[in-house]
Amino acid sequence: MPLNREQIAQRIAQEVQEGYVVNLGIGIPTLVANYIPSTKNVMLQSENGLLGIGPFPTEKEIDADLINAGKQTVTAAIGASYFSSADSFAMIRGGHIDLTVLGAMEVDETGSIANWMVPGKMVKGMGGAMDLVAGARNVIVAMQHADKDGNSKLRKKCTLPLTGVRCIKKIVSDFGVIDITPEGFVLREYAPDMTPEKVLAATEGQMRIASDVKPMSI
Amino acid sequence: MKKSKVYTDAHSALHDLKDNMTLIVGGFGLCGIPENCIKALKDKGIKGLTCVSNNAGVDDFGLGILLHSHQIKKMISSYVGENATFEKQFMSGELEVELCPQGTLAERIRAGGAGIAGFYTPTGVGTLVAQGKEIKNFDGREYVLEKGIVGDFALIKAWKGDTFGNLIYRKTARNFNPMAATAGKTTVVEVEELVEIGALDPENIHTPGVYVQRIFQGKNYEKRIEQRTLRKD
Repeated sequence: MPLNREQIAQRIAQEVQEGYVVNLGIGIPTLVANYIPSTKNVMLQSENGLLGIGPFPTEKEIDADLINAGKQTVTAAIGASYFSSADSFAMIRGGHIDLTVLGAMEVDETGSIANWMVPGKMVKGMGGAMDLVAGARNVIVAMQHADKDGNSKLRKKCTLPLTGVRCIKKIVSDFGVIDITPEGFVLREYAPDMTPEKVLAATEGQMRIASDVKPMSI
Repeated sequence: MKKSKVYTDAHSALHDLKDNMTLIVGGFGLCGIPENCIKALKDKGIKGLTCVSNNAGVDDFGLGILLHSHQIKKMISSYVGENATFEKQFMSGELEVELCPQGTLAERIRAGGAGIAGFYTPTGVGTLVAQGKEIKNFDGREYVLEKGIVGDFALIKAWKGDTFGNLIYRKTARNFNPMAATAGKTTVVEVEELVEIGALDPENIHTPGVYVQRIFQGKNYEKRIEQRTLRKD
């Protein structure tokens, strides 16, 4: 079985190291927070201007002046700080964020990503995604491996307008864990009940199976 | 002696704001938006506005109020979802939109206020955003030239302010407000609490009063929440 959304989030959480500062995008990336053990002392950054996102508030704690980048009410964690959006993106662009996790419509074998615009459809805007992929030291993409019709979203070349060029290092899809190297996609792990060959067959871009490929453990 | 910066309300503070002006408006989503100023613009019926703001509000709140009454000609924003009025006007061609990455937008406003005409950023290189703009290579990496923005007016929401215009923001309602405050030819600030000069601790001022031309104590803050998300326990 391919992974569900929670399992993708769970697997990405394993990539988060002790003391990291992490920015989580909207959708599956948000779920990653639920699987990071508190012993890792991770600080979550919200690009509107908060370093140290706490849990969602109780009814009593709710505060209209305290929201995350998804405009959800949140709390501030111990050790949190507030700052302007310019300071926030100085952190992001300046390479001070250890890891960014975001969703994607397409990623190609060179590590370019498209996740903000489908021509002909209503364009809502890129928000902070272009800054995040340009600035973070490490970007992991959480995505579905194929669209509803079974077309690979891991492309030879992105067909949709790009968010960033050659900036993605790793993908965790519902089919597996894929690194992006100068030689293209490299399959490191595959989902339970999948095989490396099945993942390869479902991928349009150039993909190599790592010699030490293994089933994912979540 | 310069005349006082203190005004009684949004109407008087915006008395010379005219049609077709460019406004830099603080806020992120509905958080930290100048609610009183937006309502006053609606009442005054000012038209043809260009609004520089990260978002465009929702259908019936924030800048959405001015979209609904067709007072905005152009938006410069990074994300404009959550707004059906916006979508309709954009699709019909009535509303002009310049989409700008969020960090680039924040920096363009900061630059405008700081006297910086333009800057090179890695954000957006190789994408539609960089089309038609100068690209320059620094130490092996490409950067795109983005220009600073200055507004005829900047409309700011702060938590506390004094009569000189020193400001303190609250939590994430700070967002775009500090940069926006620097980038208006006339910066108008509404605060929840207006205090006498000297009442705020100089160590804790977020925006020094030099950037502020007009200040008033706002009223009837609704502070609407877009995504009311609660913990389950």
